[in-house]
Amino acid sequence: MTAWLPDWLGPAEKEALLLSLKVAFWATLVSLPFGIAAAHALARGRFWGRALLDGLIQAPLILPPVVTGFLLLLAFGRNGPAGAFLENTFGLTVAFRWTGAALAAAVMAFPLMVRAMRLSLEAADPRLEEAAATLGAPPLARFVLVTLPLMAPGILAGAVLAFAKAMGEFGATIAFVASIPGETRTVPAAIYALLQTPGGEPAALRLAALSLCVALAALVASESLARAAARRIAS
Amino acid sequence: MTLSVDIRARLGAFDLDAAFEAPPGVTALFGRSGAGKTSIVKAVAGLIQADRARITLDGETLEDTPFRLPPHRRRLGLVFQEARLFPHLSVAANLRFGARFAPRGATSIGAPPQPPSRFDDIADLLGLAPLLARRPRALSGGEAQRVALGRALLSAPRLLLMDEPLASLDEARKAEILPYIERLRDEARLPILYVSHSLPEIARLATTVVALSGGRVAASGPAAEVLSDVAAFPIMGRQQAGAILPATVTRHDADGLTEIAVSAGPLWVPRIDAPPGASLRLRIRARDVTLATQRPEHLSALNILEGVVEDISPAQGDPALAEVALRCGADRIRARVTRRSLAALNLSPGAKAWAVAKAVAVSRRDVGAFEEREG
Repeated sequence: MTAWLPDWLGPAEKEALLLSLKVAFWATLVSLPFGIAAAHALARGRFWGRALLDGLIQAPLILPPVVTGFLLLLAFGRNGPAGAFLENTFGLTVAFRWTGAALAAAVMAFPLMVRAMRLSLEAADPRLEEAAATLGAPPLARFVLVTLPLMAPGILAGAVLAFAKAMGEFGATIAFVASIPGETRTVPAAIYALLQTPGGEPAALRLAALSLCVALAALVASESLARAAARRIAS
Repeated sequence: MTLSVDIRARLGAFDLDAAFEAPPGVTALFGRSGAGKTSIVKAVAGLIQADRARITLDGETLEDTPFRLPPHRRRLGLVFQEARLFPHLSVAANLRFGARFAPRGATSIGAPPQPPSRFDDIADLLGLAPLLARRPRALSGGEAQRVALGRALLSAPRLLLMDEPLASLDEARKAEILPYIERLRDEARLPILYVSHSLPEIARLATTVVALSGGRVAASGPAAEVLSDVAAFPIMGRQQAGAILPATVTRHDADGLTEIAVSAGPLWVPRIDAPPGASLRLRIRARDVTLATQRPEHLSALNILEGVVEDISPAQGDPALAEVALRCGADRIRARVTRRSLAALNLSPGAKAWAVAKAVAVSRRDVGAFEEREG
């Protein structure tokens, strides 16, 4: 399973990289529908508490990550109300598990994801949805056939950005689920641990280079998707 | 198929209070910008909510406050001023968008009921076949508007609403689309509610006219009547107001003139491309008519009709002028003259008078295109 990874990575480094990829993948995938719903509510919705929702979504951008992690621990820890609910209803434990790392990454990446989607939705002409309504399309069909395709480039760009952010998340993750090798020690946590270890710098440097590559690739992909979006929607 | 509309709405600082009936054919909502035309169309389509509305289509209630059918269940095709094509879909996919939502077995007006031929028929009618594979952004304004019209027709609507569909196009593109709308009216017997502030467009297309002013109906009825009604003059603009009368081609003379007959007698206009016996519509603007109390002689104008003064009313907006209605045979001609001339000629209702028309606009269709003809 790790055969495709470069040889110059040690086993612990490979483990951290694979874990980061898994955490970022699930964080992005699971938050996608919530991101689309939030972007739609913020771009098109006229309801009480819209500003509050906007603030809540943006909060992780401004709060110290360690505070976000601490709040997640309070809510989703074994004794926290949300944690108990997940445990009893879905049998899903997040405290000190990789699922918790994915949750922390998702919360931290969420503002970026929503922002990209919201921008593409705001650029899409709402009068096209009106036109779809006069052609007989009920609300759900209007959303699926008109709104979603128009915001698709923004959804892709938001997903790429969120993935990159999730790959790099550190503060909230370490505060919420600590740094357990093989379970919650993602690439940034591994770099931090290596820096605390005498002689760990070369390995830290290798992981840092990897992180840089992933981040740059994500930004380039996100930019080109945004350009494709502009071309597609321009009529 | 009759649409009956009664809407009251407060939209910003603007009060809309309009009631009218739209019988089969093209009903034109006519008025200046801000008269409430677009608001009425949007309310009929269900896109804006009126304070009180009663809208019925052949007895079926679309809206009767508080009852309100949502827009997607009204089955009214709407063509907007901008084409509003879906940019992520090809022309063909745009055209087919509405069909999947139409009730099973619903036939699109404007095409025979056999489903396989419906798409091709409408594509043919609108000349869309060469455009099908293209994306909307690769279309010209006129092409996009034709696609929008086809898309609305293919959603199997029961009524077509057109909100200034030609307003964003230049004259050449307008001339490209008008014949298609005429064909819809004439061949498909398609009920159309058509919004415009352009008198030539209305005169060419409308069978019924609802003239709006300040959110209220100023005049409504058959096109020929409303368009020659003094009450509608301020809306049309004084330069364009006049009378519309039916005529028949009598013969083509060797000197290049065509003789046409109206109920009050013959008129001559430069050669018309229509055979003797063909029906025409004439539009004679009030400002192009001169009045005389004796049959004028030694005059270059050919077109002189004898009539009786029916009514004299002050011209709106200009105290020096008056509108005179002259009964000529079965028709009524409008003249705009100065009050001074009225006094000098001693014209009053019942008096005999001759109308000299300096220009006659001619249309081949029922209420069709008018081309200016000096005669």
